[in-house]
Amino acid sequence: MKLEDLRKIVEKEAGAELPEGSARYTVVVGMGTCGIAAGAREVLAAIVDELEARDITDVIVTQCGCRGLCEREPLVVVTAAGGDETVYADMTPARGREVVASHVAADVPVGAYVLPASELP
Amino acid sequence: MEDLSLHILDIAQNSIRAGATRVEIEVVERPSENLLSFTIRDNGCGMTEDQLSRLHDPFFTTRDTRRVGLGIPLLKQTAEQAGGALTVTSAPGEGTAVEARYEYDNVDTPPLGDVAATLWTLVVTNPKVEFEYAHGRGTRRFELSTAALKETLRVSKLSTPGVAKALRKYIVENEQRLAEGVAP
Repeated sequence: MKLEDLRKIVEKEAGAELPEGSARYTVVVGMGTCGIAAGAREVLAAIVDELEARDITDVIVTQCGCRGLCEREPLVVVTAAGGDETVYADMTPARGREVVASHVAADVPVGAYVLPASELP
Repeated sequence: MEDLSLHILDIAQNSIRAGATRVEIEVVERPSENLLSFTIRDNGCGMTEDQLSRLHDPFFTTRDTRRVGLGIPLLKQTAEQAGGALTVTSAPGEGTAVEARYEYDNVDTPPLGDVAATLWTLVVTNPKVEFEYAHGRGTRRFELSTAALKETLRVSKLSTPGVAKALRKYIVENEQRLAEGVAP
């Protein structure tokens, strides 16, 4: 693919940019050394891919460093626009897709992967 | 870390946590000189001489969430096991440069891995950081500058879903052509 081809695809297919502060959810993947070694890069790719497949465009996906829960990485934190935070532990690409399908798309958190509050540092 | 692309992601994340607004990544594959190397240079906060001298100590870290810092010691170990070396230069307020060198044909040199996935991950999750990427393989070269790309595509960020998707395809295809020895 040449740069010109990329330009044409973006011109044709890219939607409007999400205005600052208007995301319905922010999904943060832990990308410290601990997260990366545990597979965070592939978890993030799966989450972005699932959002694309469902044509969900009002969600920001970003990264953060180590939160001090290295043994439970990859960690994924889903924060609602109102500030409600859900921490998912021991994530895999498949679990990441489930979180998108249920929590992000239908507002139903996936209880099985939620880190209990008692384990938060 | 299974491969060098994960080390590159890890070291570049250090740059971002050091407050860098610009990160340069260069990957060099030069079999004729038996060299495989990558360099990550940032304009982050940099390190003092004291911090730099303790960098290879796994029990030194600037972070307060965990008391061991494994990224740099692991990288140093893999490089030295493969007949290479790790060089870190830094100055407070100016930034840091990390260069890891390996012998191309050494059995202990880890595979390069999925550098396309690493580059794409960095670019789409850090919309406020500019990346200058170059990957040379023999006489071929693939370069990507996020600042130049945003100008060409007339977008303010590359993380917008439609843009991120097209960009992934662009990076993957160009890295594949490079690996196959075809001009990008």
